[in-house]
Amino acid sequence: MRLEGKRALITGGGRGIGRACARRFVAEGASVVLGDILLDEGRAVAAELTQAGGKATFVECDVTDVGQVNNFVAAGVDALGEIDILFNNAGIIGPGTDFLETTEDEFRRIIEINVFGAFRVAQATGRHMVDQGISGSIINTGSMVSALANPDQAAYVSSKHGIHGLTKAMALALAEHGIRVNAVGPGTIKTAVAEAVLVNETAYRRVLSRIPLGYIGEPEDVAGPVVFLASDESSYMTGQIIYPDGGRLALNHVMPVKELPAA
Amino acid sequence: MRLEGKVAIVTGAGRGIGRGCAKRFAAEGAAVVAADVYDEGGVEVAAEIESEGGRAIFAHCDISDSVQAAALVQTAVDTYGGLDVSLNCAGIIPIDGSDVLETEEVEWDRVIGVNLKGTFLICQAAAREMTKKGTGSIINIASVTALMAIGNQAAYVASKAGVNGLTKSMAIGLAHRGVRVNAIGPGSIETDMMAVILTDEEATARVMARTPLNRMGQPEDIAGTALFLASDDSSYITGQTIYVEGGRLALNHTMPPKG
Repeated sequence: MRLEGKRALITGGGRGIGRACARRFVAEGASVVLGDILLDEGRAVAAELTQAGGKATFVECDVTDVGQVNNFVAAGVDALGEIDILFNNAGIIGPGTDFLETTEDEFRRIIEINVFGAFRVAQATGRHMVDQGISGSIINTGSMVSALANPDQAAYVSSKHGIHGLTKAMALALAEHGIRVNAVGPGTIKTAVAEAVLVNETAYRRVLSRIPLGYIGEPEDVAGPVVFLASDESSYMTGQIIYPDGGRLALNHVMPVKELPAA
Repeated sequence: MRLEGKVAIVTGAGRGIGRGCAKRFAAEGAAVVAADVYDEGGVEVAAEIESEGGRAIFAHCDISDSVQAAALVQTAVDTYGGLDVSLNCAGIIPIDGSDVLETEEVEWDRVIGVNLKGTFLICQAAAREMTKKGTGSIINIASVTALMAIGNQAAYVASKAGVNGLTKSMAIGLAHRGVRVNAIGPGSIETDMMAVILTDEEATARVMARTPLNRMGQPEDIAGTALFLASDDSSYITGQTIYVEGGRLALNHTMPPKG
């Protein structure tokens, strides 16, 4: 029970990595308030965790709307008393587009949700933590494309590099208040978006050839590092990003791919 | 008890970071082979662990000697039946350092021989055993100086940057054989080794001005990270160095002085 008695906000908690972390946080003894724009999914996760004996609430939260963000944090404080942990995870990936064809609206939308959204939630939560004197832990969701890039995702790549910079700036700004700020940078993780790509065998092989450990990650593979960063065991870490990427960032060329993993 | 039933080697276990990690691993249920060239410290930590209800033995090991490195792994297998985790904290730093124009070849060879070659020898010996079962976690100790250098420890800094490269290469080489290899990059951790650099209050103030969290790290801070890398919580992480340095790597200038 490594998060015993801790109180956490999680954005993007309705599915994928956010949902896996909500489940893991509760299993480790934390109480959580989930935010998402996916209302059905968010409510379902909160219900699942409550039925399993945990304390979990869902509050609608569109991170592009500062009113909703402030309401989300306030509702979290109402439900939990104080906030020790923020998993600042809401974000979108967007479709791949040729760089020369990318529209301004597309680019703006991704930066608005992924960067401005993260900034709004982090600022609102940070203000609460500082006001209450809480030495909290904030974990932002980056990506392996916080370090690498894809040519058809200029906005997404920019946003995740931006998350890395935001993480460092926040770490420095909040250090005097004892608040740590780190990020997790997942590699290729099995989510609804990824699975659409992996139906194509050629695409699947190409992805696997760039994963030394030889398999696509599960959302639970990201939850382990997030729990570590949320817990006191990382209390001398701030401004850092941990990459659960199956070894991709260390890899120069490609790995051999003999067979595709069984479904 | 996150390492219940696991067997771990910890080199450099006689003091400092290695000692803190050996104790934490044992507290989490691992059987620990505590290795060092500093026999007094190694014997003491093993006895302490046993007296606290854990399992540990001491084994003398100079990691820069390939025969001793292989023998250490064999000791783990003979005593506890296998090897799941190898945490390589053994390392040296020349007292006072040396001006880069004065650094002697013999000092260079010695520091590289222990810190880089020794790490390689232990990693290789451990991996040879772990690949038999197809599972294991190897953790090396690099340093924040691998990325941000100090000017009077050329061999030490080079050895730690080398540990980063070794970690990545071995991670790739072993990725299809079930063994993960990662490293920890400590910042300024309060140990005897750190005392070599922090010779006075002015030096300490200078270091704190470059440490956003405004405190020295403790061996326990590194132990928590080592535990993460030894456990299944990091099962999708390999070839990484995790920096535990109180925020220094993010910092452009200096922090305002604290009262």
